[in-house]
Amino acid sequence: MNDFLSRPSRRSVLTAAGAALVAGTAAACGSGSSSSHGSASETITLYNAQHPQTTDAMISAFTAQTGIKVRVVNDDEDVLTAQLEQEGSNSPADVFYTENSNWLQQLADRKMLATVDAATRAGIPKADSAIDGSWVGISARISALIYNPAKIGAADLPTTIAAMADRTYKGRLEIAPSETDFWPLVCSVARATGNAATLTWLNGLKTNAGAGDNVPDNETLSSDVNQGTTDFAVINHYYFYRLRAELGQNAMNAKLAYFAPGDPGFVRAISGAAILKSSKHQAAAQKFLAFMTAEAGQTVLAHGQSYEYPLRAGVSANVQLPPLSSYKTNSFDPADLGTGETAKTLLQQSGLM
Amino acid sequence: MSGLRGLGDLARGRLVVAVSAVVAVVMLLPLVLVVLDVHSAGWAEIHRVLFRQRSAMLLTNTTELAASVVVLATMLGVAAAMLTERMTLPWRPLWTVLLVLPIAMPDFVVGYTWHTLWPTLDPLGASVAVMTLGSYPLVYLPVSAALRRSDITLEDTARSLGAGTVRTFARITLPQIRIAAAGGAVLVFLTVISEYGAFEVLRFNTFTTEIFSEFQFEPDAAGALSIPLVLMGLSALLLESLLIRRQSSFRQPRRTQSRTAAWRLRQLPALLVVLVPTGFGIALPIATLVYWMRQGQHATLPAVATLGQATWESVKFSAGGAVVAVLAALPVAMLTFRRHSTTRTLIDRAGFVTQALPGIVVALSLVYLTTRYVFSWYQTGPLLVLGYAIIHFPLAQVCVKSAAATASARLYDVGVSLGRTPLTVFVRVTLPLLAPGLAAGLCLVFLTAITELTATLVLAPIGVSTLATQFWAFQGNVAYAAAAPYALMIVALAVVPGALLGLWFAREPGGTQRVTA
Repeated sequence: MNDFLSRPSRRSVLTAAGAALVAGTAAACGSGSSSSHGSASETITLYNAQHPQTTDAMISAFTAQTGIKVRVVNDDEDVLTAQLEQEGSNSPADVFYTENSNWLQQLADRKMLATVDAATRAGIPKADSAIDGSWVGISARISALIYNPAKIGAADLPTTIAAMADRTYKGRLEIAPSETDFWPLVCSVARATGNAATLTWLNGLKTNAGAGDNVPDNETLSSDVNQGTTDFAVINHYYFYRLRAELGQNAMNAKLAYFAPGDPGFVRAISGAAILKSSKHQAAAQKFLAFMTAEAGQTVLAHGQSYEYPLRAGVSANVQLPPLSSYKTNSFDPADLGTGETAKTLLQQSGLM
Repeated sequence: MSGLRGLGDLARGRLVVAVSAVVAVVMLLPLVLVVLDVHSAGWAEIHRVLFRQRSAMLLTNTTELAASVVVLATMLGVAAAMLTERMTLPWRPLWTVLLVLPIAMPDFVVGYTWHTLWPTLDPLGASVAVMTLGSYPLVYLPVSAALRRSDITLEDTARSLGAGTVRTFARITLPQIRIAAAGGAVLVFLTVISEYGAFEVLRFNTFTTEIFSEFQFEPDAAGALSIPLVLMGLSALLLESLLIRRQSSFRQPRRTQSRTAAWRLRQLPALLVVLVPTGFGIALPIATLVYWMRQGQHATLPAVATLGQATWESVKFSAGGAVVAVLAALPVAMLTFRRHSTTRTLIDRAGFVTQALPGIVVALSLVYLTTRYVFSWYQTGPLLVLGYAIIHFPLAQVCVKSAAATASARLYDVGVSLGRTPLTVFVRVTLPLLAPGLAAGLCLVFLTAITELTATLVLAPIGVSTLATQFWAFQGNVAYAAAAPYALMIVALAVVPGALLGLWFAREPGGTQRVTA
């Protein structure tokens, strides 16, 4: 169907520069044990939809430990998923790392993913990975409200995601429909209320957002709220911590809030990784996933500026974050949140995209 | 001897036609590819994407925006040209350069700086303002050139016969600058419908922003969405050619210089015409960027390319595109200074059809071509250079052709009749006469390419970040301080060719001697 066999990766990048340097020095003392499979001279290709803030550090640490180099293609997860589907078995990709698991599920449904080693999956709670083992969870992200206390009091914030469409919030919020982090929320609302009600809700959001119905991403939403351009918006928790790291505590006006316990808008989304069936570097790719879920890889998430929650038991999150168990998210598991297609279709029907 | 020379001449004439024909085919390639792409997408897909409510919104937005900008930019361009050409403006040389410089400011950078200053700007109003300030030089340049060429004694006579300023302008001046203004207005229109970055930052949806986001996950839809853009571009060109046909080919080769109206204090408001665009379009954005850079705010996003790497990539690709575009324009321009024939005219026109295709459509067509037929070219540097060359070919053609008009075939014939070989005459006579046009073409394409974002995002090879794409990545992460140096570097690199261009246009036929009262 698609006319572009593979599309150019916008903002495509090889982050290998730094990683290669590390690899160059590490190769000499790299693991000599594995000779043909996943050997030190090997290079794998990672299609990365996660924030470079998270991935760069992970790759450097992996290359330093194993000597395996990682060539990175960065882009949004919808773009890379479409690209993988078009490239099919010709894809140069070995590993796909996404911000939200629904894109991995979409590829799993199309039988494009290999099974992740059982030992790798064992390190992560069972509920946070695919049931059939086609992808493994790496980190958790919590949906949250970011608000500007100078513009709206905490008590006046909506307690449910459905209430964001109420007329009381007309002109007081912004949304980023093309931000894929918004899509699991749309799926969650659809799961809870059905497609028809979700469309009505999206139309309400559109009305309330007015001219702010096409904000490009969550980074911009967070910045807008902080500047007081708008009263509040829905994001994932880490955008708040990242903005604070960038601006410093003194310039931080915005605050975080959460929906009522169990609300469809209170989502615990999983960022995961998978190996392409077509990969010609299966062993090295498995090693990379093993590293990402092992203590070493998971610890990377706790340091640096990822601000996402490691999933492995015993690895604690960044000290600035509240414990993961303190969030009263809804009970939907990743499979309930549909594929990327579900949300996109609804957003297109509502005219937001 | 003379027979040999005749043969060589004939061969050279044929060679020029053959090379130009190849150039024309390459330039028309994107249009053919778009048709193929749309055809393969199928009617069902076109129908699904084009005939929905959102398309109506995009059409309204694009039309409102384009119409407003064309009107305002044309007015501003003509006013600025009248001011610099018909009044004794204080510090005139400075203004002639400053008035051209907005062309060296990327619209997405201006939009971004305005947005950081006033985050709640009205999307339509801000987009109109940014594009007006960024594109009026496209009217200003040809109109001021036309004003310099036109015979000022006619205006003086009209005034001495009692016609007022307004009437003189409408009856005498306007007819002489009509072609130039219309040509400029068409360029403005095409620039507006192709822009992406500025509207994305200012949150205004047009067909181009929509194509860009559709391209990311549904290429078929992107192909279908480019239909209205291509139709808009082609109709603008058609309209212009109709306008020009009605115009008599009257042209004054040398101006009869007369005194210009003296500068008076009551004309102070007129100074706003030059102060507003240079202030909001140049000074304010640069000051904002410097401010952000000095803030030294921490960015969590790692930079893919250092400032040095990104600068090198930008310069390399933009210069490559400029050289290829100008080299391609050379034979086509030379075609037209000898005899006219249908083939020659067709080839000449072919280049201008490219104008109708927004950069993103050209970029998409090249992606279609390479992924379908020549995969080894996909996401390579040469493809980006080719893309730049095709997109900016009309600019190169305009510059080289205007110089070719001065290097008439008669001079060449005289040289040959004096016994020089055709090659010697070409190198010693024709080329020096063309040189300013070639240099102007290089400057114009270089600065347009280095300030380009949309096609660069689509065509840049994996692993390559230019100044524009690295700036775009940082601004997308709201990393203002980190983004600023990349934008400043773009401006720094574009300012020199921009200023040269302003000077080149200002000194065209005898424009430097100015009799002041």
